[in-house]
Amino acid sequence: MEFRPTLVAFLCNWCSYTGADLAGTSRLHYAPNIRIIRIMCSGRIEPTFVLKAFQQGADGVLICGCHPGDCHYQEGNYKCLRRYKLIQKYTQQMGIEKERLRLEWISASEGKQFAELVNDMTKTLLQVGPSKVKGTLEVEHLKK
Amino acid sequence: MDKEQTAAKPKLKLAVYWGAACGGCCVSVLDTHEKLLDIVAAADPVFWPIAMDIKYKDVENMPDKSIDLTLFNGAIRNSENLHMAKVLRNKTKILVAYGACAYMGGIPGLANFSDKEAIFRRVYDESESTNNPEKIHPQREVKVKEGTIEMPQFFNDVYTLNHVVDVDYFIPGCPPQSERLVEVFSAIVTGAQLPPPGSVVGANDKTNCDECKRKKTDNKLVKKFFRPWEIQDDKETCFLEQGVICMGPATRSGCGVRCVVGNSPCRGCYGPPPGVTDPGAKMMSAIGTMIDANKPEEIDEIIETIVDPAGLFYRFSLPGSILGRKVQ
Ligand code: SF4
Ligand code: SF4
Ligand code: FES
Repeated sequence: MEFRPTLVAFLCNWCSYTGADLAGTSRLHYAPNIRIIRIMCSGRIEPTFVLKAFQQGADGVLICGCHPGDCHYQEGNYKCLRRYKLIQKYTQQMGIEKERLRLEWISASEGKQFAELVNDMTKTLLQVGPSKVKGTLEVEHLKK
Repeated sequence: MDKEQTAAKPKLKLAVYWGAACGGCCVSVLDTHEKLLDIVAAADPVFWPIAMDIKYKDVENMPDKSIDLTLFNGAIRNSENLHMAKVLRNKTKILVAYGACAYMGGIPGLANFSDKEAIFRRVYDESESTNNPEKIHPQREVKVKEGTIEMPQFFNDVYTLNHVVDVDYFIPGCPPQSERLVEVFSAIVTGAQLPPPGSVVGANDKTNCDECKRKKTDNKLVKKFFRPWEIQDDKETCFLEQGVICMGPATRSGCGVRCVVGNSPCRGCYGPPPGVTDPGAKMMSAIGTMIDANKPEEIDEIIETIVDPAGLFYRFSLPGSILGRKVQ
């Protein structure tokens, strides 16, 4: 079967989600394999969200927030950046390819950039191939 | 424990077993010192490999649910551990995952950073002290003239007890504090109301930071992290504020913050606090807010000083964490 990467995207409500919405209302075409989760601010990102997404089968995780200086809550995107870099270091230690996790800034007017970003990340994921995180520690059969 | 009360009741049947463990958990049961006599007064140990001679076969022949309480320590690393976990589950009314290894994988669980093949290669071929020119590796079966001897199968992964059987209670710690075991044991013996199955017992419902006596301010911003030997600990300020990673914020209290009391940062052996499944994720959240930089390059430099986040944040909990093992 042809591999269609599952991309889970966490978008902040104030800029990036609006940007994605703009991509939709402008009828821009972008890869349909994305599952968007709206969060109030990229600073709301918990490492758990990212790890759970991978563990449940995401081939890639994309986090988008407002550009530096533009966060609706002042500092949320910086907080996100720091966490993101730490999660990156951890997930790479765990054998998850760097390309599978990405953080980008998308403003409310950047519908086009959002569509391009999704296409670009999808292309990369096609090259990297399916994630093996789900099922790497199989435990369901053990209790039987 | 009230001796008269316990004497009047029929004695509990108690089992203590080790899977992939160091033996420390069994010793922590013995470390109840004179309280051990109370335990023995209230309970008959029916199976306890460190203390008594009894064969697996004898346990297999016991009626189902005939053991009142089993303290199962150690992780599940091979088919023998798995088999005994299943047997003891069937024979036991209250099965307790005792200690960090049974609860979350513990130190043996760090093997989930590697795999069976790499471990065997290292141990039987490559280690500095190995002299094995014929490259002899353990076999599952050996034929001798009396018949065939079977060896347990070494799994590729390390599992927690709860991965392989249903567990009634979890007592955390590496090893659990003996006093906490006595409390739990007394509760069971006296028939006190026990928390719902699946609960963590023998520990508190806060984080270690909540119970820590070190001086804390709101200023937790850090430009560089240090390994404990790289700085002179002032013995009174919160380790994190000194830039030394301490697992206190991501660790359930109950041990008395004993490492910090001994001037060593917490390493998280009591597992995550209530409501948290993944201690490392919680720690990454906490550390993320402490990094004192906004520029990507500066953030990178600071993170560089956290040498091995995976090994540090999941020292006792890798198999039980969200990812469970290194991807292979
Ligand atoms: S981080 Fe460690 S030293 Fe600081 S308050 Fe928490 S337990 Fe105490
Ligand atoms: S301070 Fe931390 S590492 Fe030390 S015993 Fe307590 S929970 Fe375990
Ligand atoms: S509101 Fe968009 S990143 Fe904070």
